[in-house]
Amino acid sequence: MSTPTPTTGVIHDIGYRHFDGERRGRSYIRRSLYIDSLKGAYGLGRSARYKVMPMILLALMCLPAGVIVAITAVTNGDELVGDYTSYILNLQLVVLIFLASQAPATVSRDLRFGVMSLYFSRPLERVDYVAAKYAAMVSALFVLTVAPLTIMFAGALVVGLSITEQIPDYLRAMAGAGLLSLNLGGIGLAIAAVTPRRGFAVAAIIAVLLVLAGVQGVLQELAIAEGFDGAPYFGLLSPFTLVQGLQSSLLGAASPLPSPPGATGALVFSAAALLVIASSLVVLLLRYRSVSVT
Amino acid sequence: MVTSSLIVTEGLTKRFGPVTAVSDLTVGIGAGVVGLIGANGAGKSTLIKILLGLLPATDGQATVLDLDVASDGGAIRERVGYMPEHDCLPPDVTATDFVVHMARMSGLPATAARERTADILRHVGLYEERYRAIGGYSTGMRQRVKLGQALVHDPQLVFLDEPTNGLDPAGRDDMLGLIARINSDFGISVLVTSHLLGELERVCDHIVVIDGGQLLRASSTEDVTAVSQVVVVEVDEPADELAALLQADGLTVRVVGRLLEVELGDDSAYDVVRDTVVRAGLGLIRMERRRHRMAEIFATAGGAR
Repeated sequence: MSTPTPTTGVIHDIGYRHFDGERRGRSYIRRSLYIDSLKGAYGLGRSARYKVMPMILLALMCLPAGVIVAITAVTNGDELVGDYTSYILNLQLVVLIFLASQAPATVSRDLRFGVMSLYFSRPLERVDYVAAKYAAMVSALFVLTVAPLTIMFAGALVVGLSITEQIPDYLRAMAGAGLLSLNLGGIGLAIAAVTPRRGFAVAAIIAVLLVLAGVQGVLQELAIAEGFDGAPYFGLLSPFTLVQGLQSSLLGAASPLPSPPGATGALVFSAAALLVIASSLVVLLLRYRSVSVT
Repeated sequence: MVTSSLIVTEGLTKRFGPVTAVSDLTVGIGAGVVGLIGANGAGKSTLIKILLGLLPATDGQATVLDLDVASDGGAIRERVGYMPEHDCLPPDVTATDFVVHMARMSGLPATAARERTADILRHVGLYEERYRAIGGYSTGMRQRVKLGQALVHDPQLVFLDEPTNGLDPAGRDDMLGLIARINSDFGISVLVTSHLLGELERVCDHIVVIDGGQLLRASSTEDVTAVSQVVVVEVDEPADELAALLQADGLTVRVVGRLLEVELGDDSAYDVVRDTVVRAGLGLIRMERRRHRMAEIFATAGGAR
């Protein structure tokens, strides 16, 4: 028996193969969604143009930290020329733009293009989706805010500053970055999830947070000028100053803003932060409960 | 006959306020390719959502792969694939990246997800283009990606909701061919919905017809399209003359355009037709037993109600 010899290359169809391996459960799926979403917030796994914005913002966020280290090195000073604990407050605009551009990429896209039907027809439950996306957004913000602090810390050690003097404020600022990420991530995702059109979501997040920051700034300035005792509480109006207040009242960090007074102040600011996080999560859970599979 | 049922529903009912989407549906669906046929709004998509455990039934019960839809939704969704009717693909990722992600979302480890994605995209007919962003795909390619993500985790059963929607005739043929292969080559059972009767005749072993959420008929495609008791006769002259002659011979005859439909009492009717044609001096072009068409289900069932 002879078979005709093919003169060109042949693609052998090896046929369909079944999957006999282990299928992993909900916690694996949740973790995978978290990892893919966190990468997605920095454009990893997407085409180059989705990397441009987050990478530029990360660079902008880190640039002043590099400059601070450089100046400290050149002037041979015995302390850094910038503070860890007010660094993020000073660069809040960069953090805000990152949130406004990446929160919609994290959730609006799935809602807008009907991808939710594919997620919810899998073992994943709605609460898993919300948990994974929230964790991913918080982690993306934490990376953005902690990177420059870490550059400053590493730079300080390299130029020979005392590690014991650096560590307390570095840790305070890290905790502040974590609290800020938890608050901002919730606010950003909640707004993005109720505005499925990406452009609207970007505008809505910027508008809400800028207006809050503006109102907070003006009112607090006025209150201070008028000698009003409650001036520190105007910090509650914006998530950035809310976290700044927590940082100074709970952790004893130095702050350019008036610190919330005593235990009452600490309690009020803590309650406010918890309320922001909890209500964002409630909004997200309610939003996703109403998403139907089509 | 259905030997083992993959899907069983008993008195399944779903009401949305005053609207009854699925009404007292009792049906068993076996392995193979099963067509779920009904007009738009007949309750097909609602039924699929109930079977995926995503929508609680108002009344009655259902099992999929012997799992209860009310309590084992997660386990069902692990072993079942679903291709939605509507668009569900993000434009900013490549087909490969997207299907790998969806494989992981079905619980496949990373390596297996990548291997099976490469395999399945080849099986559904996506080659070099799988490395391009989905935003630039044609409708046919998008349908293939949707089908690929429904199969990537190697389900036992796959629900395809209107998979031929929006495709041109060639694309429709390709998709129907793929559906047949899913069952014959991949060994995966298929429940495919359509509002078009004709196209499912070709690929389905069984059909389930629902209308207004109620079961009209569940039977094998063979039964539905079996030969009927009607002979179609075509001659080279207008049919009216022959019709009159045959009626005079005692046959029941209908004129349908250039064709005659002759009721077949017993086999002697063939001889009567032949002899009459010869006597009238006409040329006989063809004479054949007609097959039932799926469309008749609606006509007869509608009349019976």
